[in-house]
Amino acid sequence: MFLSHHRIKDLYDVANHLRQDVIEMLVAAGSGHSAGPLGMAEVFAAMYFYVLNHRPKQPLWEQRDRLIVSNGHICPIQYAALARAGYFPMNELKTLRKLNTRLQGHPHRKSLPGIETTSGPLGSGLSQAIGMALAAELNGERHRVYVVMSDAEHQEGNLWEAAMFAGKNRLSNLTAIADRNNIQIDGYTEEVMPLEPLRDKYQAFGWNVIDVNGHDIEEFVAAVLEAKVVYEKPTVIIAHTIPGKGVSFMERDFRWHGVPPNKEQAKEALKQLRTLGGKIKHE
Amino acid sequence: MLNPDAQLNHKIFDKSSDEEALRDGYGKGLVEAGKEKNVVVLTGDLEESTRVNWFKKVYPERFIECGVAEQNMAAMAAGLGISGKIPFINSYATFSPGRNWEQIRTTIAYNDSNVKIAGHHAGISTGPDGATHQAIEDIAIMRAMPNMKVIVPCDAEEARKATVAMVSLWGPIYIRLAREKTPLITTKETPFVFGKSYLLWQSRGQRIDVAIIGAGPLLYNALLAARELGKQKINSVVVNLHTIKPVDGRAVVEWAKKAGAVVTVEEHNVLGGVGSAVAEVLSQKYPVPIEFVGIKDIFGQSGKLHELWKRYHLDTKDIVNAAKKAVKRK
Repeated sequence: MFLSHHRIKDLYDVANHLRQDVIEMLVAAGSGHSAGPLGMAEVFAAMYFYVLNHRPKQPLWEQRDRLIVSNGHICPIQYAALARAGYFPMNELKTLRKLNTRLQGHPHRKSLPGIETTSGPLGSGLSQAIGMALAAELNGERHRVYVVMSDAEHQEGNLWEAAMFAGKNRLSNLTAIADRNNIQIDGYTEEVMPLEPLRDKYQAFGWNVIDVNGHDIEEFVAAVLEAKVVYEKPTVIIAHTIPGKGVSFMERDFRWHGVPPNKEQAKEALKQLRTLGGKIKHE
Repeated sequence: MLNPDAQLNHKIFDKSSDEEALRDGYGKGLVEAGKEKNVVVLTGDLEESTRVNWFKKVYPERFIECGVAEQNMAAMAAGLGISGKIPFINSYATFSPGRNWEQIRTTIAYNDSNVKIAGHHAGISTGPDGATHQAIEDIAIMRAMPNMKVIVPCDAEEARKATVAMVSLWGPIYIRLAREKTPLITTKETPFVFGKSYLLWQSRGQRIDVAIIGAGPLLYNALLAARELGKQKINSVVVNLHTIKPVDGRAVVEWAKKAGAVVTVEEHNVLGGVGSAVAEVLSQKYPVPIEFVGIKDIFGQSGKLHELWKRYHLDTKDIVNAAKKAVKRK
């Protein structure tokens, strides 16, 4: 056991708070994406509060691990995690998507501390992560590079160019995390443009592949640690998640990909999150 | 006469004068640039024809083969640039910045990553490969991108100097190169200052009838045209506008004021290129008649360099005619 029960409970608690932050941010913004960010709460809690070697008060510390969010549209969950980790004040979260905010609709490196690169247009985050991993290798630095990707962005050709390069060059300081939530804007991934067998595709490109339940923090962290000791290949963790996780009326519904909740829906969503889906009485 | 201050190739009008391809100058410049240990060079399966194999020979550990994958090359370079490296990415201009334009826009320009983009085989002079490989839109698409700077050298020597200069110029820069051997206009002593145009030619006498402003190897044709115009008693200047962005607006206005008429010269579509950059300045600051010598919004075809220049009206006589037309419109 690498994580104590207390620690695991704390991380789930962080994930729950991140979800609430996301709902509050989205309702204040009046636009944005709901399903993806909610589905990745455990992954972001685990990354920013356990896995990453980072210094929130020193965001450009050279030896920090890098986390790139290729599917920039899920940035509300990253912004919430960054704020809770101490990169910037929590009260700034409500400026999401508003004029002159540092919290752009899609993340911009030059605008907010903790954002490693500008992203949003799909399929190019893995390439950028590879560039950072190569730079670390050239400099003999030991930090790791992580990149979060959506599943549907695997429909982009650029991503497979990058997968081919990382496989050829055996970039073992790189760990990719694919959010396998099965939805995209126009519907279910397997109906819009099938991705399966995703595992086999990565293996064919020379990657180490680990499938995990993306809502099981222990399982996810175990996969990240495994990736650290696989020296001959890059690793992709396929995190199977439920889009909209934690809010009953959003779960598994692709229509929640790119829309925010209205005030009523946000109220209901927050109630569900604060009572852990009705398990406890008081919010 | 040739501007003595520019210390140009004095044998330029001799038949025996030397020719060299821009890509060769770039290849040499890149080896010099490699003295800076953060310079890394990437190519999309074109190490020989882009001359980056010369860098690879000296600095193999800083050479990255990307395969035929220009989108990945650009975005990887963005990651390297953010991490303190100075990446130069290399492919034909039709593919980079053609195919990977969005990666360059988002991950390099908007991201403000210190990446240098070399667009090889630009212009129709690429020749026999045909229109698929002849970039005639690259200046326009790169110029329209915030944070991006654009350099169009006129010969191999200027390409070498510009390449070396790019290392110490911070930020995303596009440099436009060409495949075929073209006349050496400049020498080692010719000054290259990023963003600052300079005079190649000025007719004898005080009066200037027309200013020929251009960039790239076609400036040689512009010089031949200036000489021919002189014989016809039309006085001209020829200005090397090697930096298209940021454009040297002060100089452009100054020459427009002195001449009262302008001809722009480029091996690029007349929509959005060098001529457009000049016209944007003059229309706001000092409107004068402008004639555009360039590709008239039409795709090229297979052929030899001189055949294509003639076919697409980029020859000396086309510049002479454009100058006369501009003077007449005053």
